[in-house]
This record gives sequence, structure tokens and C-alpha cells, in this order.
Amino acid sequence: MRETNMKKILISLLFLLFGTSTYADCNIKSGSINILANDFPALRTFVETAKGCKGSADFKVTHSSEHNKIAVPALTANPSEFSARIAANSSIVPLMNQDLIRPLDDLVNKYGKGIQDSQLITIDGKIMAVAFMANTQHLYYREDVLKELGIAIPKTYEEVVAASEKIRASGKMQYPYAAAYKAGWNLAEEFVNMYIGHGGEFFKSGSAQPSINNAKGVATLNMLKKLAGLSNPDYLTHDSEAIKVEWESGNVALMTLWASRSGTLLDDDGDAKITAATKLTGPATVAGGNIPAATLWWDGFTLAKNRSDADAEATFRALAHAAANKKMVADAADQAVWLIEGFKPGPKSIGVIEAVKMKAKPYPMLPQMGLMHGALGSEIVEFLQGKESAEQALKDVEAAYMSKAKEQGFL
Amino acid sequence: MPNKTFFWFFLPTGLAMILFIGLPIISTGIQSFYAQHDQVVKEVKKCDPFGCTVSIVVDQEKTSKIRDEKPLGKFNGFGTYIDRNHLAVEEIGKFWNETNSFGEFVDQVTNLPFYKALIFTLTYCLFVTPNVLLLGFIIALSLNAVTRRIRGPLIFGTILPMIVTPLVGSLVLFWMIDAEGIIGANLQMLMDDPYLSLKSSKTLTWITIIIYGIWHHSPFAFVVFYAALQTVPQEPVEAAIIDGASRWQRVRHIVLPHIYPVVTFVALISLMDNFRVFEPIIGFSAEGSAQSLSWLIYDNLVNEEVILFGSAAATSMMTIVGIAILLAPVLIRTWKEFRTAR
Repeated sequence: MRETNMKKILISLLFLLFGTSTYADCNIKSGSINILANDFPALRTFVETAKGCKGSADFKVTHSSEHNKIAVPALTANPSEFSARIAANSSIVPLMNQDLIRPLDDLVNKYGKGIQDSQLITIDGKIMAVAFMANTQHLYYREDVLKELGIAIPKTYEEVVAASEKIRASGKMQYPYAAAYKAGWNLAEEFVNMYIGHGGEFFKSGSAQPSINNAKGVATLNMLKKLAGLSNPDYLTHDSEAIKVEWESGNVALMTLWASRSGTLLDDDGDAKITAATKLTGPATVAGGNIPAATLWWDGFTLAKNRSDADAEATFRALAHAAANKKMVADAADQAVWLIEGFKPGPKSIGVIEAVKMKAKPYPMLPQMGLMHGALGSEIVEFLQGKESAEQALKDVEAAYMSKAKEQGFL
Repeated sequence: MPNKTFFWFFLPTGLAMILFIGLPIISTGIQSFYAQHDQVVKEVKKCDPFGCTVSIVVDQEKTSKIRDEKPLGKFNGFGTYIDRNHLAVEEIGKFWNETNSFGEFVDQVTNLPFYKALIFTLTYCLFVTPNVLLLGFIIALSLNAVTRRIRGPLIFGTILPMIVTPLVGSLVLFWMIDAEGIIGANLQMLMDDPYLSLKSSKTLTWITIIIYGIWHHSPFAFVVFYAALQTVPQEPVEAAIIDGASRWQRVRHIVLPHIYPVVTFVALISLMDNFRVFEPIIGFSAEGSAQSLSWLIYDNLVNEEVILFGSAAATSMMTIVGIAILLAPVLIRTWKEFRTAR
């Protein structure tokens, strides 16, 4: 089952599938559409495309990088502020936990022409979201720097460490590595990636009991610390945007960053020499494992439950138009790895495609994962600062998680 | 003012305070005693573009039934207050029994999130409040002494830090202390240490935030002190000059006693403000090294994808209690003076 699915994704990602596709019907007569989405170029393109099909419906959109903070309260209200929320693997979970989004089966049957089966997110047999793009974190490297020092493109984090040490020793760069290690969500995400790369499991199987305080967890922390030592000393304050700036100023030769940021790195802004030497490769593996130390993400749309059926219908039709739009995919092939039929992957998609090929795991879509992510983000900082042992840090994470999980009724 | 006039005068404010401050505090208090219901989960098949897995989701049918019966959640009493992320009563007991030295015990306790935040908050209050009072007073005295012609522009310049939004002010400083910013780079040169980073060291981050706090809050103390200085009667000052009192003696024995009630007022407000320190932590992206009580509340409400209302409410209530304890000595003193004055 998994194999065939993998194949399906590969096919949809790698090949341009010719075929007759019907554009979603755009004859929307009434209703009001209000969308909440994160803020990056691909999502703006997606929402703009949906807007093109709004007909006489009322259309509003809120793009915000603070979308996670708004989503649950805004969708809890009845009627909900937003009729649709562009979510991802992790952000759909709180919406599911609180029962804030509606099943889309009827609407997909009625208006979902052109949407591929592989785009449908089904939970317990019900379609809860329609995905349209994939994302992951992978390696970026400076071809000129690596060539000059005779370093092969790193495939594992051990090689990343060795390469960075060599670059530092050569005196070319003081802090040759960068990743978004900002305390909080970003840092926790790096832990999640690295821990999955080590083959770790976050919970005892079938329960919400944490199980990260083990040899794999310790190895994960030690690797993060090694990489942090090769990064700018301010790494605990650096998010994706900050390391992008570091990269564009030429301070960094190896970097782990979101695939969705490749567009802004490779555009015409900034030093042309650096842009020309910026190359993408798949995510690295770690500790001899064969699955990459990275998680796969999808972005898709969900519809609010607390909103009238008419609004839901109008919203679905507009968004489905974008989610099956070959023209958008062709025009904006550079902006994202689209999961939509007709996508021809370009050089900026290498990272995600490699990750899928290497069988990267999706970010765990578990009800209690958000609490674990939150606990990781604050409790492993002191280990990286050298103030406590790896075992103590992991013990703290588990303890912090358990208190929160008890309050939330998971334990 | 007769009591009756005062009552009518105060009524609109009082009503607004009950409505917008009193009731929310009561509601927060009630919230803090409740936790979420036990989650009913079930195993289901989940499929996404990357394949299918069997995993768990919250069983909405059963959960919504429980929720409808008791919308507030499960009564938890002081459960949230004493859990590991707050007062951690159980953990502290355990540390006490398990650790060999007092130092080790303190290490373990300060590793707990609430105590970590409490220590930073208190340190911040302890350093910022007196320095704000002192600096504000010195600036007020100096400005009061310069000629009237340039006083206006000087006053404007002095209160600028207060006009600048805290978040913007801290962001500006944040960029300046960056390893490549003007202060950060020069410090590295001065100290001859290319690895020196104000942001990565905990101590240096604390010092930065405290200095920022003093910079930001001093103008408030200055404005109030400056206004108070205008009311100092000139006769005793002149008499003191004739008696041969030095400048310091005049300040110590005439000016300070005169503006003493204002000093108490500024100290109170300043303590309250500083105990709720929050913006600089966000502005400096200092979450890793410095957490305050207010930041803990923020973290519970927005940083997790799941909102922890109980935790946030419990921390809020404890912040209120904390402020009350801090202010108690000053309040008691003011009350006593009020009584003797009558």
C-alpha cells in the first residue's frame, strides 16, 4: 500500500502528466469566502488563483505568519471568522482535536473535478483537507566554496560536520553552517527532524506516554550541539528568515532550510555570485540511518465547521479551482513543489523530490504532538548552552510534556 | 473632597474597572481550577500525499458529549498550580530528598520553568526599579538646573525612550548588539574575542534586557520627578543656602522629603510594570535565555498549537499574587502614613 502510494507521488512529482483536465467550475453566485493562510509566495499565488474564480462571492484573505495563533480561536467562534484555513500536517491537528473543520466528501464529489486522489487527506475514511503543495527541510550548499576546498557534497550530517570544520579551518568562514535554531518552534522542529533521522519514536506505541529519553534522543541532542557549534553564536535567535539573510551575505556555506524558501534564495535579489553558487540537494541522513533526518509536510486547505453550508460551498469551489489548476502550476513552478496534476519539477524542487525518494517520514499527525513540540522548544535550550546534560534535558522535556498532557487530558 | 462627590466622580471608572478588569480576573481565577476532560482517542487510518498510516485521533462524538455536559472541563482544584510546570510541589520534595548539597538542590529547582521565570522576573525588578528611580531623579535634578531656553528640547529628547514602542525599541537594540551590529562588532574588537555574542550568553542577555529596561522606564520616573520638583518651595531652599548647606544637603533634607510621596508612587508603578516584563524578551528573541512570568503565560496561550488555558490562568493568578506581595510593604507603609496624617 505504502509502496504504491510512494510511486504515485513520485509519478505525480516527476512527470508531467498529459491528459484532459476540467477546470473547477467557477460560476459562483453567492456566499462569502474568507481565508486564513500562512505568508509565503506559493500560498499567495494559490490564494490569488482561487480569487480569480470568486465570481460574485465576497472574497477576503488574511496572510499571516502568526496564523497558528489565530486559527483555533477564530474557527471556534460561531459563525467562524474564516470559512477556510490553509493548514499543514501539524496545524490541522488542533483543528481536528477541537472538531473545528468539516468533512469535504460531498463537496469533493460535486465540485472536485481535477483534484487528484493523492491530494486528499483522509482521516477515518473522511476527506478533511485537500493538499496542494509539499515541503521539507533539506541541505543547501555553496558550490564554489565546496569545490575550492575539494569537499564532496555532504550526504550525512556527519559529513556536514566534517565539511564545516574543514571550511572553518581554511579560514574562509567562521560559522559555515546554519539552520533555524531559534528557541521555540524552530528549534523543536530541528530536534524532530534529527530524532526521526535516528529512527526515534516520540511516544510509547499506542499511547501518549513520551519516550524520547533514550540513546537516540541523546545522540540527536549531541548532533544538534555539534552543528550549533559550527553556526553563528547567535543561533538561538535565528529563524528561517535570519539564516536566509546570513546565507545571502555570504557567511554560510552549508545550510538546512525549508524547500519553500528556495525561491527567495535563488531570485535575482542579492549578490549574483552567491545566488549562482547556491545549490540544492536532498536532506542529509544521520548516524548511518537510511531515512533522512527531515520530515515531509503538506500544505492544504480545510473548511471551517462553524460556517454556513453556502459559504463552505463557495469557498470550496474557489479553492478547488486553484487546487487543480494546471496553469498556476506551470506559471509558478518555481515557487513550490505542487502536488497538483501537471506539475513539472524544476531545479528548486530537488530537495523535496530527493526527500520523497529517500522515503522521508511525514511530520507525525498525532493529537498530542503539538504539546511535545512545545516542550522540546523550551527545554533543550539549556543543553545547547552547555548548562545541563543531554539526559537531564530529555528528562525535562518529558516532565514538561507530561504536565501539559495531563492538563489537556491526554494522560 | 466629600465622600459623596468622590463616589460619583469615581463611579464611571469604577464600573469600567469592574467590567474590564475585575470580571476577567474572576473568570481567569475560575478557569485556573479546571483542566481539559480526559481525551477519548480512537485508532483510525490516515492518508495523506505521502502514504497511509494507522494512528490516533480524538473521538469527537464521545468528546463532544462530555464537553456539552461540563463545558468548563474537569475540576482540577489546585492541580494545575502545583504541577511541574508551575509550583512543582512534588518535584521540589523529591529534589530535597535526592540531592546531596544545597547548591545541587537550588540548581534542580531553578531548572523548573516557573522558578526559572520567577528568578528572572525578580532579578529584573530588583535591578531595574531602583536604577530607574535613581536615574530618573538625577536627570530631573540636572534638567531642573539648566537654563530655561534649552530645557524644552532636552526634555523632549529625554522622554523619547518612553515614546518609542517597547517592541520597536528592543528590536533596534537587538540589531545593534548583533554580532555584526554596531555594538556587537565593536565589543568583539574591544574584547579581542571573535566568538563573543551578547545574544548567546545567558548573563549578557540578562544584562542587555535589564539595561534596556532602565533605558525605557527612566523617562517615566523623570517626568514625574520633574513635575514634583516644580512644586518644591523656594523659601526653605534659599534659607538653606544662606545657612551654608551644600547642594547635596539641600537635596537630601529639603527636596527629597518634599517629593517623597511621589517617589513612593513611581516605585509602586515601576515595580508593577517591571514584574510584568514581557516585550523585551520577544524583541530580543531572548526566549532561550530569559523567561518571565508574563512570557510563560504568552507561551501557554500561543506558542503551543494546543492552547493551555488552565496553565495560563494559573500563572496569571500567581502573577497577581506576586505583585501583591511585592507591593505589600510599600502599600502598608502608605496606609500607616495616611492613618497618622489623619
